[in-house]
Amino acid sequence: MTDDVILEISDLSKSFGPVRALRGVNFELRRGEIHALAGENGAGKSTLMNIIDGILQPDSGEIRLDGKPVRIASPAAAQTMGIGFVHQEIALCPDVSVAENIFMATTNASRALLMDYHSLTQRAHDVFAKLSDIDPSVLVRDLSISNQQLVEIAKALTLDCRVLILDEPTAALTETEAQVLFGIMRQLADRGISIIYISHRMVEIFDNCDRVSVFRDGRHVTTEIVADITPGDVVNAMVGRDLGDIYPEKQPLSEQSEQEVLRVVDLNETHRFHDVSFCLKQGEILGFAGLIGAGRSEIAKGVCALEGTVTGEVWLNGERLRLRDYQDSINAGMVYLSEDRKGDGVFLDMSIAANIAALKPEQVANRIGLIQADQEETQAAILGRKLNLKCASLGDPVSALSGGNQQKVALAKMLSVNPRLIFLDEPTRGVDVGAKVEIHRILRSLANEGVGIIVISSELPELLGVCDRVLVIHEGRIRGEVSGADMTENKIMHLASGTVPGVAATPHPAV
Amino acid sequence: MDNTLNMAETKQAEHAAPLFKRLIRMRETGLILIILALFVTMSFASPYFLTWVNVRAMTMAFAVEGIVVVGMTVLLISGGIDLSVGSVTALSMVIAGWLFLNGIDPWVASGLSILACTAIGAFMGFFTTRIGLHHFIVSLAVMVIARGACLLGTGGRPLGLYTLPPEFKFIGQGSIGPIPVVIIIFVVVVIAFDFMLRRTTMFRKVFYTGSNEKAAAYSGIRTKKVVFLTTTLCSALCGVAGIIYMARFGSAQPTFGLGMELNVIAAAVIGGASLNGGSGSIFGAILGAVLLSVVSSSLALLDVSVYWQDIIRGSILLTAVTIDHYLNKKRR
Repeated sequence: MTDDVILEISDLSKSFGPVRALRGVNFELRRGEIHALAGENGAGKSTLMNIIDGILQPDSGEIRLDGKPVRIASPAAAQTMGIGFVHQEIALCPDVSVAENIFMATTNASRALLMDYHSLTQRAHDVFAKLSDIDPSVLVRDLSISNQQLVEIAKALTLDCRVLILDEPTAALTETEAQVLFGIMRQLADRGISIIYISHRMVEIFDNCDRVSVFRDGRHVTTEIVADITPGDVVNAMVGRDLGDIYPEKQPLSEQSEQEVLRVVDLNETHRFHDVSFCLKQGEILGFAGLIGAGRSEIAKGVCALEGTVTGEVWLNGERLRLRDYQDSINAGMVYLSEDRKGDGVFLDMSIAANIAALKPEQVANRIGLIQADQEETQAAILGRKLNLKCASLGDPVSALSGGNQQKVALAKMLSVNPRLIFLDEPTRGVDVGAKVEIHRILRSLANEGVGIIVISSELPELLGVCDRVLVIHEGRIRGEVSGADMTENKIMHLASGTVPGVAATPHPAV
Repeated sequence: MDNTLNMAETKQAEHAAPLFKRLIRMRETGLILIILALFVTMSFASPYFLTWVNVRAMTMAFAVEGIVVVGMTVLLISGGIDLSVGSVTALSMVIAGWLFLNGIDPWVASGLSILACTAIGAFMGFFTTRIGLHHFIVSLAVMVIARGACLLGTGGRPLGLYTLPPEFKFIGQGSIGPIPVVIIIFVVVVIAFDFMLRRTTMFRKVFYTGSNEKAAAYSGIRTKKVVFLTTTLCSALCGVAGIIYMARFGSAQPTFGLGMELNVIAAAVIGGASLNGGSGSIFGAILGAVLLSVVSSSLALLDVSVYWQDIIRGSILLTAVTIDHYLNKKRR
């Protein structure tokens, strides 16, 4: 790492409507350094990177490349300036060879009539010679995820980039694969390429990066040399915001019930999660914290028999469940609200009433299985009122509603079967603040009615504000449990990013 | 108490939406208007058009195929498609005819033949839901296989079934009063399935599955089972149609139903079924079939060349679907 600055950003701002994603951000990148970006979801990291890559345009502020002010109009413009962006999702064509993928942009720009496969493969060989021993003639489909990631990086490198942005490249990698990637990153840095490395994992940042910049709420908080600080300092800089009292009151200690709603004992699924045991008491809201991909959703879906084959015991209200599939789980009163609302939470083109009736259409039908339109509407009307759903008509398609109201439809669908336990996966993702507060209050009142509530969320403030107790999941295992005064963003972040040795969850004696 | 209160309110809300508006929003209304307009124009253009004989002939022309349209519509709603309907219908005739010629009672032969077609549907359902192949490919293969089986079983020539008992032929050729039995069967099937599709929980699951298979699975619906059953149902109804055709023609024709799949899919799509699944209605699909049949009949009466007829029918399909696409876009 040298001291000459290659990329300098000053006083950059960007708003999306009323949301101020970046507020006067400063950032500098030096030649040959690996510079980590840290911050919670929504802190402004992606917005900043998208501006550097020309995907977004800033509202105000200045970007200087090699000391000269520049305007980066598009990703193509970014490429010509030597900026490469490797996105978190792999975007390769699986059915063509590695070489063709790498030179896709070149081929596209070329005026040659025929493909020169020989030179293509030769050039790909040259690129990889410095990186790894991937054969450029194999199909991308046949590569491991980590090698596909390398192809993405190679693709960025062929464009002669001087600045390489890597957005959570290790999210899909195993530990060994990640180590290989870090080795390559260092090689590149030694060749003078500057790398911006986005990650949630403190260990990776502290083992591999030179400097770290922390963002919070669209602001640049600090930039430090990694050797001078501790992971704790970074986490502290990332969090520490006033939660206010937008969250409903928690369960008073005196009212804690001893009655169990759910008990899970030694739940296992090969590759996805291991030795998961926990219980949920009546009236309490339990949270699942952890990084994306840590296995939070997988555990919830495993308990409900929605996906995968699990071993272990699930007890609901003192009764051992043996679920063949999710239908059985619904019948037992255990439901799962999906994190991907549009993808698998609602039927966008069907009516609100039909959506709400989807879990058990039999409930709004007569004995011979004929759906009674008025019963269906009544059910939707009652639940809609309970959740303060705003719509013109219950016959409208769900696609006509706002995100918050769509989420209420999805939630009403869960409530339609009078569940005894609800898993809510990212219950307020893509929901405006007003609806968010409403949903949180609904969750609390459901818990008070005795319905078991388990919330999975990537937003720590939400977990802290809503839950009475939080389980932290790291790489498919429960790494710890926090509650009461112990429940802080700091503590959870440490457990979730694996910076402290795991504290076993309070052991629960087998029933 | 709270319940009843809400009930009353919802009832009121329902009545508040005027009938007229709801009618306009139904896609069937547009089709009915187009068909009526055609009727009016044609009755001026040709005095023969609105005669009982012609109307009866037009209805007979799509009645049996209409049963296949019902199966196809349900399958399309669930997100599938079946190209094999024409050859499976022919195979149904051939199996029943062959069994009959080998001394088996025609009723038993028909039952066995429908069972065989059901089994073909289950076979396709297995490949699509268990193995995970696309409906298009599986049914394309079965289309060719079933046609081959027809030709193999008959040596390529129609089987003349001159000794079919009159009570069997009655299905295809008889009338109750002035109305042909074929039309009665057709109307009963259409009404039954239209009602079930609109009202039963069983068929509601077909809509959920076709609308968003993953969301349906996340609602506890056994989506593979649903698609398996709709695939099977479509072939079973082809079996039924084949038997009616056999009774009507008094023969089993191995080359019958070539290109039927295109007509049937066109009818369902004109009637509002989406190839992406999740929407469609039996009533609409039948109106689509009616429209195609009325157009064919009109063109024939106007002495338009047969070759032009195909071009015009194809254009109607494209126009109908384009208009529908834009109307739907607006609605959303």
